[in-house]
Amino acid sequence: MGRGVTGLAPACLRASQLELFSPGAPGWPFGDFHALPGRRLCGRPLQIRQVARPGAGPEAAEGRGAGLSSLIMDPECSQLLPALCSVLADPRQPVTDDTCLEKLLDWFKTITEAGSSLLLLQENPCLLGLLCHVLKPQDLSPRVLAFSLRLAGMLAAQEDCFQYLQGDSSLFVASAAGQLLVHVLGLSLQGPAEGHPGLQTGDWPVCAQKIVSHIEESLRSAATPQITQALNVLTTTFGHCHNPWTQVLWVRLSPLVARLLEKDPVPAAHSLVDLLLSVARSPVLSSSSCGLWETLAQTLSHLSPTQAGPLALGILKLQECPQALRAQAFAVLLQPLTCVLEATAQAPGLLDSWDGTGGASVTVDTLLASKAACVGLLCRTLAHLELLQPLPQRPSPWPQAPLLGATVTILRLCSGSATPTSDAGGHLCAFLVGCVRVQRAALDFLGTLSRGTGPRELVTQVFAVLLEYLTSPDSSPTVLKKAFQATFRWLQSSPETPGCSDLDPHAQLFLRELLPVLPKRLCSPCWEVRDSGLEFLTQMIGRWGGQAGFRRALLASEVPELTEQLLRDPESYVRASAVAAMGQLSSQGLRVTPASPEHPGGQQKSLLAELLHILSTDSEGFPRRAVMHVFTQWLRDGHADVAADTERFVARVLQVASQDLDWEVRAQGLELALVFLEQTLGRPSSHCPYAVTPPVAAPPGPLAQALRPLCRVQLFEFAFRALFDCDRPVAQKSCDLLLFLRAQTASYSGPQGSGSVPEVASVEAALQRWQAGDQGQPLGYLEPEVVVAVLRSMDLEGLRGALAESSDRVEKSPQSLLQDMLATVGALGEDEADCY
Amino acid sequence: MLDCGLDMTSTLNFLPLPLVQSPRLSNLPGWSLKDGNAFLDKELKECSGHVFVDSVPEFCLPETELIDLSTVDVILISNYHCMMALPYITEHTGFTGTVYATEPTVQIGRLLMEELVNFIERVPKAQSASLWKNKDIQRLLPSPLKDAVEVSTWRRCYTMQEVNSALSKIQLVGYSQKIELFGAVQVTPLSSGYALGSSNWIIQSHYEKVSYVSGSSLLTTHPQPMDQASLKNSDVLVLTGLTQIPTANPDGMVGEFCSNLALTVRNGGNVLVPCYPSGVIYDLLECLYQYIDSAGLSNIPFYFISPVANSSLEFSQIFAEWLCHNKQTKVYLPEPPFPHAELIQTNKLKHYPSLHGDFSSDFRQPCVVFTGHPSLRFGDVVHFMELWGKSSLNTVIFTEPDFSYLEALAPYQPLAMKCIYCPIDTRLNFIQVSKLLKEVQPLHVVCPEQYTQPPPAQSHRMDLMIDCQPPAMSYRRAEVLALPFKRRYEKIEIMPELADSLVPMEIKPGISLATVSAVLHTKDNKHVLQPPPRPTQPTGGKKRKRASDDIPDCKVLKPLLSGSIPVEQFVQALEKHGFSDVKVEDTAKGHIVLLQEAETLIQIEEDSTHIICDNDEMLRVRLRDLVLKFLQKF
Repeated sequence: MGRGVTGLAPACLRASQLELFSPGAPGWPFGDFHALPGRRLCGRPLQIRQVARPGAGPEAAEGRGAGLSSLIMDPECSQLLPALCSVLADPRQPVTDDTCLEKLLDWFKTITEAGSSLLLLQENPCLLGLLCHVLKPQDLSPRVLAFSLRLAGMLAAQEDCFQYLQGDSSLFVASAAGQLLVHVLGLSLQGPAEGHPGLQTGDWPVCAQKIVSHIEESLRSAATPQITQALNVLTTTFGHCHNPWTQVLWVRLSPLVARLLEKDPVPAAHSLVDLLLSVARSPVLSSSSCGLWETLAQTLSHLSPTQAGPLALGILKLQECPQALRAQAFAVLLQPLTCVLEATAQAPGLLDSWDGTGGASVTVDTLLASKAACVGLLCRTLAHLELLQPLPQRPSPWPQAPLLGATVTILRLCSGSATPTSDAGGHLCAFLVGCVRVQRAALDFLGTLSRGTGPRELVTQVFAVLLEYLTSPDSSPTVLKKAFQATFRWLQSSPETPGCSDLDPHAQLFLRELLPVLPKRLCSPCWEVRDSGLEFLTQMIGRWGGQAGFRRALLASEVPELTEQLLRDPESYVRASAVAAMGQLSSQGLRVTPASPEHPGGQQKSLLAELLHILSTDSEGFPRRAVMHVFTQWLRDGHADVAADTERFVARVLQVASQDLDWEVRAQGLELALVFLEQTLGRPSSHCPYAVTPPVAAPPGPLAQALRPLCRVQLFEFAFRALFDCDRPVAQKSCDLLLFLRAQTASYSGPQGSGSVPEVASVEAALQRWQAGDQGQPLGYLEPEVVVAVLRSMDLEGLRGALAESSDRVEKSPQSLLQDMLATVGALGEDEADCY
Repeated sequence: MLDCGLDMTSTLNFLPLPLVQSPRLSNLPGWSLKDGNAFLDKELKECSGHVFVDSVPEFCLPETELIDLSTVDVILISNYHCMMALPYITEHTGFTGTVYATEPTVQIGRLLMEELVNFIERVPKAQSASLWKNKDIQRLLPSPLKDAVEVSTWRRCYTMQEVNSALSKIQLVGYSQKIELFGAVQVTPLSSGYALGSSNWIIQSHYEKVSYVSGSSLLTTHPQPMDQASLKNSDVLVLTGLTQIPTANPDGMVGEFCSNLALTVRNGGNVLVPCYPSGVIYDLLECLYQYIDSAGLSNIPFYFISPVANSSLEFSQIFAEWLCHNKQTKVYLPEPPFPHAELIQTNKLKHYPSLHGDFSSDFRQPCVVFTGHPSLRFGDVVHFMELWGKSSLNTVIFTEPDFSYLEALAPYQPLAMKCIYCPIDTRLNFIQVSKLLKEVQPLHVVCPEQYTQPPPAQSHRMDLMIDCQPPAMSYRRAEVLALPFKRRYEKIEIMPELADSLVPMEIKPGISLATVSAVLHTKDNKHVLQPPPRPTQPTGGKKRKRASDDIPDCKVLKPLLSGSIPVEQFVQALEKHGFSDVKVEDTAKGHIVLLQEAETLIQIEEDSTHIICDNDEMLRVRLRDLVLKFLQKF
């Protein structure tokens, strides 16, 4: 389940940071050389593999292939390449991991972007060999074929290389791959046709003519796959090339495309829609009078309602487009909802005015054909309208009221509470009752519609249907979550009472009915329901926690007490959400003394103590992270429990957080440390907390004074430990924090030079030991002067630079990639292979 | 007879039977007619605007007018809820047949009956009201008493002795076991997935198959899953026992049940769950087992009070072979299949035969009590309703769908305690039925009329009815329905020595025919072809005469003919034999060959040939011989 409110991403795999600092490299904060444990410093470059282990890790979230930084092919790689090419060309040695191929492509891309593709091909004839080899009919895996074609396309993108490739005519004859054709077509027309926009296709280079004929042939074919392929080639062409020659091409091919519409059913409708939209988006084509709008209108009316939806949405998203076509497109989108309204004997109202297509019967047929068709069409329609609603170019007037009416009706049909008045309505009802997919789509759209207003009675209906969903025992957990989200959005959009920012009377009335439902949801045996209930509660308190009406209603309910109970929920997500909700409740002074049967009249345990207990004992990361977020917020807001003894609070939290196994908890600890630091030293002038500000002349006495609280809470010990954290984001964050601090203390005229005070040397020595992996020994209390001296002696900038580099840059090196790929197919000697 | 259920809703018309003297109930005012006539005030009492019979509760028995139950040979039982009327049938109607049911059905059925008898017998009520049943008087009563049907046939509960006697007539069967019924049909119980040992039945002959689907579930609960595959190829599928609450999804209801339970207990209130001692309670306990920790209810006691509570909890653990796969595998670990064993072990769940005795000393509040009877008319539940009804902190949660909760609560009004209706009915809903029918594809579906239209209160809900092709045949109470198939074929066995003597003749490649002379022996609906007895030497006297009576005359057999007459060749043959004026007319069924001069017609059809000539036997024989030339004889 996603973590919406607290913003905590679930843990994926985490990889330990492999590369620390190379001795002597810019990132190395101290001058000396220390052998790092776990590293091999012998002849071959380091081949430390990432070993995935469970836990939270930032590395897993990073994009792949970002670290292939070698810009030229080094001799080692050149040596490995022929072997790799022969592996790729051998169908008996299947390459199972296509991410390797992706990385390889990335690498080639870097090389070709940095230098000459021609040179690359000339120096590595094995590449051309591979490209030629894959064209021979054989049992090659589609992965390798796709890779080769993309490589060929990439290489052909450079003119000199294109010429070089052109020498091998078999490539063009054999290859029908779209990407390549597009590249070739584009390249071949770059020279001659560009200068002469009027040039007809007959005057085009032979190779371009060949391609056009091939496309024409494909478009005339009876086989849908061929048509699809041709349409895709054209889509890519018009999407990427906006040269005048594309207009010539479209004029020539559009009759063939239009002819596809005469077939029933229209073949490759999906690709056809993509092509037409790509043409319509092309500045060259949309501005010309080449019958595009007519074709679009024709297509809209020929396609089935399900197929026409994406086209209609695409048309409505166009910046410029004839009004009549927009109206037609909007009518296509609205048609299913009009049918729904009619089936329940409601006047479609404004929707009528958009209905100019006469496609109603087709839509009704689709809706009533089968449950799957009905559900599919409605879900798509609702999703399209949801995308359209926030756009500035959405149709105007926007039929807000009928759309609200239709959405409410759909939700009622799904819950079985709507009363259809016709046979069609009866069928719709039978199809939709209990349909979770439609419920989700409709609730999403209903939430989006909250951005607009509606007639009072419709808004009342909206709240009624939301309440129905929130109350119904049959609402599935996901539907319930959506219902909570939509409810929050509608409450947010309800007008505020004049004079105060409280909820309007209607919303308050609704809230009075909603609050009794919430306790039941918080007691649900289904943890997802408890979780979404808590998320909703947190949002509500965040928005209205200060308002009297809301406070009264909330305090009169069992919600605060139940929320506190959920801090001990067996499900960690729920505990995390409960922590967030309790944090909010407490911040707003809404926490009540528990009077549970288990603790009759028991003393209220301080929430701070309870959250600290969770932080130090909870076995799962999510609740602990949530606690850190709450604590940070409390510190920021000056929460009473914190303000009572801020130093003690910060010291305690940092102490616990520093021992946490979860990197996000430690990173959040740094966030908390930063807030404390800001509060102690004063806010930085820049908006960015990490920006290094020019030294402000600070008198030494007060600064030392100011640093003392930081020393007392052992903030530096925490930050220095974090600096050598095995998880990079923690180290980065700490580095930024220390840089910020150093900038703050720049003008401090304390002892200069790291060696001048013996304490400084001993701290530095301890830090070096920490860096080497021995973090056992604490630093103990540090005097501000020592801290400042240590900060000055550290190469924090260098460290930041090193950390900014991908931690797995060795592992991601091209050479390592080639070796890996060869190793997995056993092409390297076993003793050399450094396998996972 | 398919099933033998007891309509217990009749008991809702009666006052509850309190376990201990209830001043409230005993002080209810008697009911009098509008004109002030109070002759019924001893029999009828008034409570919050409703009128109740102050007498021992009575039950509505199965229909006995339509059929003489003494002629019933076999009763097939689907599940333990569908056998509650058995003692009335087996002990009071002259029934001499056999009852078939699975072992858990019988054992748990016995528990249900035992509980019922116990609930009613332990609070003997001196008064027996019968005046109100007089048709002329009943007419004057307020609803629902006025509208109660067949009140004269309502009977008091049976005794334990009758229960034992009835159960002794049951023959135990296992799933997929084939039971021959008088050679006429074979019946087979299949798992129906609804309750422990619950069954659907297949009734089949060699050529016809009728499936009886009753009380089935496709949900994953504790029983063995429903066997759908064996229902395929049915000529007729009789469908009944669908969910009584098609709009309530059991999962959602369990969620409601848990949430309401937790909220009540948290506020210091008690929860009362009127229930049967077996069935859904196992699933509820399992849900609570997983739920109580998350809801912080670990210290709340759960009490299960029933004269058969102990047996029910123990039985459930020993019927491993009747359980779903997951629970079966637990048995091999070995672990108890149901987690209520652990609840009992950890003292979270305690069970008692009655609220007298140990329970009163252990009783701790707030608590959750599971007890019967769900009608709220007898059993320990009556006491808890009286005890807890006055406080709004307490909640009664209805989970059994058999009784209208509003009617069940009527004699307890005014009531302060909260009432939650969470009917948990795991039987098939209409969506599941539609899937089942698509899967099983019976030729015809037969079902109660109610299933063929949406419920009256939700007439727009087309989804709440059976939708199948061809439309289901429906029946209503006391209606006689002819099932849409005919028994056209019977399987006949042929004795080996007779089979030996046959001389097949191939008439077409792959098809051979042989004439058979045999005696068809039929006994117990089994048919056997035996060799005919050798004709005995005529010895004269009575014996010979009798023998010839028994054995049909063995006349010289005429050869059998086969094949078809090629009209053109036949005409040529006629012409060859001197018929010159032959004319052929085509008819719908064949041809007519006209011999105009002879004024003769030869009608040739697929399976017959007629020669119609006017009193000219010579001509007819000539023509017949010509026809025969074209046919094969054997």
